[in-house]
Amino acid sequence: MIAAHDPRILRAMRGFSFGRILRESFSGHTGWTRQWRSPEPQRAYDVVIVGGGGHGLATAYHLAAEQGVRRVAVLEKGWIGGGNSGRNTTIVRSNYLFEESEALYEHSLKLWEGLSRTLNYNVMYSPRGVMALGHTESDVQIIRRHVHANRLAGIDADFLTPAQAKALCPILDVSQAPRYPVLGASWQGRGGVARHDAVVWGYARAADALGVDVIENCEVTGVRRDAAGAVSAVETTRGAISTRMLALVAAGHSSVLAGMAGLRLPIESFPLQALVSEPVKPIMPCVVMSNTIDAYMSQSDKGELVIGAAADVYPSYAQRGSFHVTGATLDSLCELFPCLRRLRMMRCWAGIVDITPDRSPILGPTDVPGLWLNCGWGTGGFKAIPGSGQLFAASLAQGAPHPVLAPFGLDRFRTGRLIDEATAAAVSH
Amino acid sequence: MLLIPCPHCRQSRPEREFRHCGEAGLLRPVDPAAASDREWTDYLFARTNPKGESQERWRHVHGCGRFFVLRRDTREDACVTSRAGVEEAP
Ligand SMILES: Cc1cc2nc3c(=O)[nH]c(=O)nc-3n(C[C@H](O)[C@H](O)[C@H](O)COP(=O)(O)OP(=O)(O)OC[C@H]3O[C@@H](n4cnc5c(N)ncnc54)[C@H](O)[C@@H]3O)c2cc1C
Ligand SMILES: [Zn+2]
Repeated sequence: MIAAHDPRILRAMRGFSFGRILRESFSGHTGWTRQWRSPEPQRAYDVVIVGGGGHGLATAYHLAAEQGVRRVAVLEKGWIGGGNSGRNTTIVRSNYLFEESEALYEHSLKLWEGLSRTLNYNVMYSPRGVMALGHTESDVQIIRRHVHANRLAGIDADFLTPAQAKALCPILDVSQAPRYPVLGASWQGRGGVARHDAVVWGYARAADALGVDVIENCEVTGVRRDAAGAVSAVETTRGAISTRMLALVAAGHSSVLAGMAGLRLPIESFPLQALVSEPVKPIMPCVVMSNTIDAYMSQSDKGELVIGAAADVYPSYAQRGSFHVTGATLDSLCELFPCLRRLRMMRCWAGIVDITPDRSPILGPTDVPGLWLNCGWGTGGFKAIPGSGQLFAASLAQGAPHPVLAPFGLDRFRTGRLIDEATAAAVSH
Repeated sequence: MLLIPCPHCRQSRPEREFRHCGEAGLLRPVDPAAASDREWTDYLFARTNPKGESQERWRHVHGCGRFFVLRRDTREDACVTSRAGVEEAP
């Protein structure tokens, strides 16, 4: 494990501290410098990671920090965090149904709790609690089943009555008036939200300090393989880069990249939309989500309500999504939170999410020697960034999947051992 | 919001009248017992998921109720053409 405030990061750059903020405030904040380099790509690396989102950067950081693999490059076609890691509604929780998922997401949640110290970067992790509402008898049964399963796995979980839910979130309408009234809820108090950009930047800065090359504006356009079929290099818009180990961590574009190596994945790419309102005074003390009526909401520190919608219904790379999808989410929210009815929405956007048939990620090697996958996170991979990054890095360094990740291999679609969070709840976010 | 041309109704209708039914041209193994695990995996799970032109099944659920194949550009969400047959590979 990495000690709090990894001294190597502090040594490599002047670390952030209260004292420094104080000093800077007396000199007009002119002393702050760039937090990571912008290197030219080298000709070869031990490991090349495609995709500068949270998962790619966390993997790179852990390769350098814990696995002693230093010649690592992260290739990003645009800017880091320009994909889903910078577009999501940042809900962090670990209350999934199956043991395999619980192990992975709970490992991640534990790392979230100390992440700002580990990275010496304030990721603003705020464990304000995550409430998931049930509106039908079967919802309530599913929620109870989740709560029991989570408790057996040692994950904090509580069942809330409508009155208890209202006590935690006073603006919630728990009367019988809404079309889908609140009949009960699950509660994970350790869950919450974090600042998405800070997570990306914090990992980039820490990885860079340990010698990882984070290369932006570098799109991978082809995968070269040697006579034996193994990965030998990637072609990019900034020239060819040799490597024997290539990790595709490209979320919505995973199928496109795997296609360059001749693979068809069990993935389809869908738009997932989010919106934010104008800022208002603090009214939402926790995260509230409901997958039955596709509404996910929390309040940012700036006061905006951050709202997630359901995924769109057809695959697309257009990063836009249909208007009626966000409309339906807003209709639901106005029912649940009548005080929102006159609130204006300020911005909306979409990310392209990589959805697997069982809604669990794909982590592990492929039939192409040297080609590894970390994808399929779909609508809910932000929460997993710290844990997946650490365990995926360990897997790459060992050349074999870490035991926690082993069940998430591509092989499960052949053996039939799916980790079916899709039928368990199919929760977005 | 897509405007989808239904080849049966010969009209372009809003997306909400339709249901997306997945990639077109996926054919169930002819002799299920003889198909290998790999063939089953491909049929059940592997998808092309193209960035560009895709061929997909749609059903006009809130219209004529019939299936058809839509050609669509997934980069721009532009519907190109649609045709009635769904069983043959594209
Ligand atoms: C609207 C929305 C809301 C969400 N809400 C939540 C939530 O509340 N909680 C949660 O846990 N998860 C949520 N998610 C899911 C979460 O955002 C993703 O699962 C997660 O961010 C994926 O991280 P990543 O690093 O794998 O992918 P990304 O952050 O998308 O990074 C992949 C990167 O690969 C790059 N890339 C692609 N192709 C190439 C190429 N050829 N060459 C080089 N680079 C390439 C892309 O530019 C991109 O930057 C949400 C997603 C969306 C869109
Ligand atoms: Zn029709």
